[in-house]
Amino acid sequence: MKIHEYQAKILLNGYDVATPKGVPCFSVDEALAAAEELGGDVWVVKAQIHAGGRGKGGGVKVATSLDQVRQYADEILGMNLVTHQTGQEGQIVKRLLVEEGVAIGSELYVGLVVDRATQRVTLMASSEGGMEIEVVAEESPDKIHYLVVDPQSGFNRDGARELATKIGIPELSIEAAVDLLEGLYSCFWEKDCSLAEINPLVVTESGGVIALDAKINFDDNALYRHDEIRTLRDLDEEDPAEIEASEKGLSYISLDGTIGCLVNGAGLAMATMDIIKLYGAEPANFLDVGGGATADQVTAAFSIMLRNPDLEAILVNIFGGIMRCDVIAEGLVEAARQITLDVPLVVRLEGTNVEQGQKILADSGLPIITARTMAEAAERVVAATQGEH
Amino acid sequence: MSILINSESRVVTQGITGKTGQFHTHHSIAYADGESCYVAGVTPGKGGQTTEGVPVFDSVAEAREQTGVNVSVIYVPPPFAAAAIDEAVETELDLVICITEGIPVKDMVQTRKKMEGRKTLLVGPNCPGVITPEELKIGIMPGYIHKKGRIGVVSRSGTLTYEVVHQLSELGLGQSTCVGIGGDPVNGLKHLEVLKLFNDDPDTDAVVMCGEIGGTDEESCALWVKENMQKPVVGFIAGVTAPPGKRMGHAGAIISGGKGTAAEKISVLEECGIAVTRNPAEIGSLMKKKLG
Repeated sequence: MKIHEYQAKILLNGYDVATPKGVPCFSVDEALAAAEELGGDVWVVKAQIHAGGRGKGGGVKVATSLDQVRQYADEILGMNLVTHQTGQEGQIVKRLLVEEGVAIGSELYVGLVVDRATQRVTLMASSEGGMEIEVVAEESPDKIHYLVVDPQSGFNRDGARELATKIGIPELSIEAAVDLLEGLYSCFWEKDCSLAEINPLVVTESGGVIALDAKINFDDNALYRHDEIRTLRDLDEEDPAEIEASEKGLSYISLDGTIGCLVNGAGLAMATMDIIKLYGAEPANFLDVGGGATADQVTAAFSIMLRNPDLEAILVNIFGGIMRCDVIAEGLVEAARQITLDVPLVVRLEGTNVEQGQKILADSGLPIITARTMAEAAERVVAATQGEH
Repeated sequence: MSILINSESRVVTQGITGKTGQFHTHHSIAYADGESCYVAGVTPGKGGQTTEGVPVFDSVAEAREQTGVNVSVIYVPPPFAAAAIDEAVETELDLVICITEGIPVKDMVQTRKKMEGRKTLLVGPNCPGVITPEELKIGIMPGYIHKKGRIGVVSRSGTLTYEVVHQLSELGLGQSTCVGIGGDPVNGLKHLEVLKLFNDDPDTDAVVMCGEIGGTDEESCALWVKENMQKPVVGFIAGVTAPPGKRMGHAGAIISGGKGTAAEKISVLEECGIAVTRNPAEIGSLMKKKLG
């Protein structure tokens, strides 16, 4: 789960991570009032969407007068912000963060992730603040320094001190930086984060160390033990189709193609998407129905897919194990009867009770195209869409 | 022979009195030598009962003492699953197979730390399990699609593994052991460690390895294969069409920071001499071709 920058900053403040003073706002009036309350003569008006790259997309502006705060808030609120992370469709801005300006000395990068290779939480730090860490990793990997945290002994202040020195934090600010890193780590560990990134981390002209930006993601599997985090979810930032699917116990992700697919199992679902492409079309979605696949779930899956205006055909690929093909076939037939399927449906069943499953499909009288292998299924679903044109 | 499990294994089901644990223990006992291999169940507080014909104990230690189990399979719900692994590791079992999906990563980080220096091997979590065909099935896979034979299979996914096994069996290529290592980012055995076991197994002639987007485990495995593997390896990587930044069902199946793409994995596998197919319907036939 992702949260907004302002939510991440409030959370981090609770761990003594310093951030610029700021106020979340939902209207231009609120933004203006926030700027007045903050005082000073420089403010930053920041679009709050979950995607990164907001500055380049025009979603972050520095204002030097209250009139400018009003103007920028007006421009940014409601804008369709397109960044390299939102995709072409962009994301409508519904929330702002208005912050006091900060006299920046130097900009750095720090981030925490669970590293798969070491199977531990790893702190990454770089002197190249403001740049994406992936770009730094590509262009100058020697500028990224790592500190692996032992889950038993916990955060290592000496190691952090060394790391802070390596990324160029001046001597006078080292202890403040180590305190901040320890707070960031405590937050990451206690709140079951999957990513906690401060980019840039700023050493101010007066030697303070503050988080100018903050990005935190959480491990979905651990949300059950963090009620306080679950309330931070912003459904406006998520794909409605994906939300609806998750409520039905389906794992669904929208893609750009034309062939909808419904598969049991994540690996097989990806392989099905891949074989559709191999046979000349593009998948419209990833959809894993999991181990159950009831008629109710299949109906929901079909209706979600059918709402996609680009959809030209549906491919169902089920490898029945514990879940029997005859039960699946009954669910498919029931779903196909409940919903008007105005696109070709290709079904490939394999596994337990496959013959009975095939028979149920054949006897249904529905115009279902069947296939025995994944290759045949892919070929037939692509041919079915081409036949339409 | 085979790797990890065979008809000599003695198995305890942790979480046997839960619906899932009971269901799959039932089907595993019914498969091949299951009846003599499954000798105990564990559910804290329910010791003294009998479920699926096996005695239930309060702890793994007690089960081990009473029945001599050396392998455990876990169907415990996610909030308690890591602790169940810890218990099996502390009891010094040879192998723990954790089927449970949805364990918090933090719990697994702590469990992996506790496993350091211990003898117990872990498969999973979030995996279909391990099967040595016509001997012993430990997990949720459909037993009947497997045939005894000489091909090893290792994969991060469940149904994709079944698909591969089905293709192999249809072509008359039986399997020595099939290992589902699971789709979580922090887990037990990786492709590499399973490949090493297959390399040392005199009854395995060749290996199918299925990978997917996310992480670099397949790449590390391929580099080892290039230098050390004595047997042909056929590979498939799922997720060529997966977009970056989106978790594709499995917690570990995500392209992050441009790393872990299928294209990158395929190119490393090929550079390391692994025969890779882009067509998931042709994994079996590629193996057949490789074997000549």
